[in-house]
Amino acid sequence: MANWVPLWLHRLGSPPTFYRFAGAVYPWALGLAIVLGGIALYGGLVLAPADYQQGDAYRIIFIHVPSAWMSLFIYAIMTVAAFIGLVWRIKLAETVAMESAPIGAAFTAITLATGSLWGKPMWGTWWTWDARLTSELVLLFIYLGIIGLYHSFEDRRQGARAAAFLVLVGAVNVPIVHFSVNWWNTLHQGSTIRLLGPSHIAASMVWPLLTMMAATKLYYIASLFSRVRADLIASEGGKAWVRELALGHAQDGKA
Amino acid sequence: MSAFFAMGGYGAYIWTAFAVFFIVLLIDTLAPLARRRRNLRDIRARIARQENRRRPGTPASNESNA
Repeated sequence: MANWVPLWLHRLGSPPTFYRFAGAVYPWALGLAIVLGGIALYGGLVLAPADYQQGDAYRIIFIHVPSAWMSLFIYAIMTVAAFIGLVWRIKLAETVAMESAPIGAAFTAITLATGSLWGKPMWGTWWTWDARLTSELVLLFIYLGIIGLYHSFEDRRQGARAAAFLVLVGAVNVPIVHFSVNWWNTLHQGSTIRLLGPSHIAASMVWPLLTMMAATKLYYIASLFSRVRADLIASEGGKAWVRELALGHAQDGKA
Repeated sequence: MSAFFAMGGYGAYIWTAFAVFFIVLLIDTLAPLARRRRNLRDIRARIARQENRRRPGTPASNESNA
């Protein structure tokens, strides 16, 4: 391994470098997310045919399933960042973990709301206490608990460390959500997309779904970077680079 | 076109779901942008207070937090 790789990573871990890097990536990630999201919605709402059993109601899948994937994916990223933050005490890793939580909570809330709106016409009920739905609701409460614990400390880093422990403990719930449809008898349908073996879905429906998945991943990058930038301004407020940035902005504003 | 919006009778459910998706993500996009601007403004205010403290004879009204 060339030794410029760890050096590059090490530099990226420093707040001023990451702030600039995140600022450069942000518009591209958000722009590409919007374009891909638009293509996916056109494919899902207009081009894809109605389902033979569920009619047009199944089209909620194009936002429900990518959001559900993101609710778990973001938790996984948050767990890795929290672990790195706790073990090596890297400030940026703590920030990434803490700023991921609100995005994960947003996607979990979307998953629950859209699932409910899909459940009413298909199952005849908004909500049922079955394994998949209950474990996803628990996931939302874990996200909210992490956010609450983080903000309940006067000292940000102390709050981040306490919340990072909660992140690691709460990670137990992630496989429970994922495998709940296999482990228990549930009203929720099984996995539509499978990595191993054929998926239970037609090609005209699968490409909008996968495109939306890519769009939500890019959206997460954009939202995370935007949040980390906002956080670094506050947590690095006394440092020279932030002071220069603040004063530079003032001049831009006046010009 | 109205057939498209009707979505085979499921229009109300589908469009509400998509509205939830977009509204939540829109708030999630705007909130950190506003927070970053607010944080920069706070730092500018702090720098201005420190500058005032160094210069004697400036009005004390700027030093509410000092």
